[in-house]
Amino acid sequence: MLVGGVVAVLILASVIGWILARRAGSAEYRSTIANLNARTRAWWFMVAIFILAMLSGGIGSVVLFGLTSFLALREFVTMTPTKRGDHGTLLWLFFVITPIQYALVAVNWYGLFSIFIPVYAFLFVPLRSVLSGDCERFLERTATIQWALMVCVYCVSHAPALMTLRIPGFEGQNGKLLFYFVLVVQASDVLQYIWGKMFGKHKIAPTVSPNKTWEGFVGGVVTATFLGAALWWATPFTLWQAAGMSLVITLMGFVGGLVMSAIKRDRGVKDYGTLIQGHGGVMDRIDSLCFSAPVFFHLTRYFFT
Amino acid sequence: MKSLVAYLVRLLSGLRPRWLGTDPSDCQRVYFANHTSTLDAAVLWASLPASIRERTRPVAARDYWTANALRRWLANEVFRALLIERRKVTYEDNPLRDMLGVLDAGESLIIFPEGGRFPGPEPQTFKGGLFHLAKDRPQVELVPVYLENLNRILPKGEVLPVPLLGSITVGTPIRLESGETKVGFLDRAREAVWSLHLK
Repeated sequence: MLVGGVVAVLILASVIGWILARRAGSAEYRSTIANLNARTRAWWFMVAIFILAMLSGGIGSVVLFGLTSFLALREFVTMTPTKRGDHGTLLWLFFVITPIQYALVAVNWYGLFSIFIPVYAFLFVPLRSVLSGDCERFLERTATIQWALMVCVYCVSHAPALMTLRIPGFEGQNGKLLFYFVLVVQASDVLQYIWGKMFGKHKIAPTVSPNKTWEGFVGGVVTATFLGAALWWATPFTLWQAAGMSLVITLMGFVGGLVMSAIKRDRGVKDYGTLIQGHGGVMDRIDSLCFSAPVFFHLTRYFFT
Repeated sequence: MKSLVAYLVRLLSGLRPRWLGTDPSDCQRVYFANHTSTLDAAVLWASLPASIRERTRPVAARDYWTANALRRWLANEVFRALLIERRKVTYEDNPLRDMLGVLDAGESLIIFPEGGRFPGPEPQTFKGGLFHLAKDRPQVELVPVYLENLNRILPKGEVLPVPLLGSITVGTPIRLESGETKVGFLDRAREAVWSLHLK
């Protein structure tokens, strides 16, 4: 029923988006519609993830989030000032550390999953880079590589890890929890955007993200929290617990979007999608998910398992 | 086999060329690009449409591409590279003569006029070969190409590529203007490549 409802909404959104895109007049209006349509496409992708996750018993979501991490990492590292001496480190990042993190989710080894990147990758990255003998901006390079790993891989991997939680009375239904989480994160993104476009006046962080307004923030957070509360029946939570969880998810998502905007601004990039021409911006779509996934995972794990 | 290699190169590098200044065409051309990575010749060659790729040969250093069996196979059987001597250039072994020979056979060329790989984003001063090609075969279109970030994907001396994002940008063809000096033309050609990094 949850999936059916979302698919119906998506079909409606796609049709509306298609009609609006055909009728779009001014350039600003066109870019707004294009942005909305990009979000709709991302939604279709997420519905596909959920269905795969349900059908494959979790392994499908591990693979899909793993690929998402890989693409996000690729965008993030392209933007950061790594040097020739980091080449070997980066190979490990893409081809060893990222797959191991997701393999740990797949085999449900929680103890190592939760410390693998914060401890072992943290120690390994500078160790591998120092072997190249290049000390120029060493701390900056090491820190950005570790940051890329934490945000693009470690944080994102907490979403498929929801599939591994054993929640009493909710066995075999974790796919719904994952879907619920992604739904609230993305709904919050879209609703903040729509509220901001319709009623936005007072900028909330003008130096970081000029498009974010108080009206968009409050309107989006409140409506997304309502949506999350209204879907409590699909989760292991009560109505009020679902509202609380949704509020945390939306607030963390907002902070995530803000932090990623600051990074983009620092690096002189508008969107991760325009970083290198012709490549889609995975990071633009998952910035809020990065920040909310670990918090939602641990709250659920601590209070409900 | 060639198509398979070309497909794999495109898939793994994720590179799509952006034809900004011109469209893919069967007319005879010399593609000239900045050179930062071993991948350059392979990705540029692989990004051309199959029918054009068949008639386009990258110019590459003989010492590098004959160093082992795999490279020899790639250079001779796949890319059909025109291998040239970098070090001991003699009259019989003059790279320019070989390049003119390829053009006279009706085929196109991919060349890297800096004469070596350099890691920075901005191309070095071009060597004279491009000028001689332009002067001796004025009917051939000279197409500037800018390759971005490939030196980070596979720097000189490394074996395994890191899957970062890169781009291939194709600019507007240039020709040698009447009365243009060698230095002036080479500067203009270099600028035609470098100006593409902003687009």
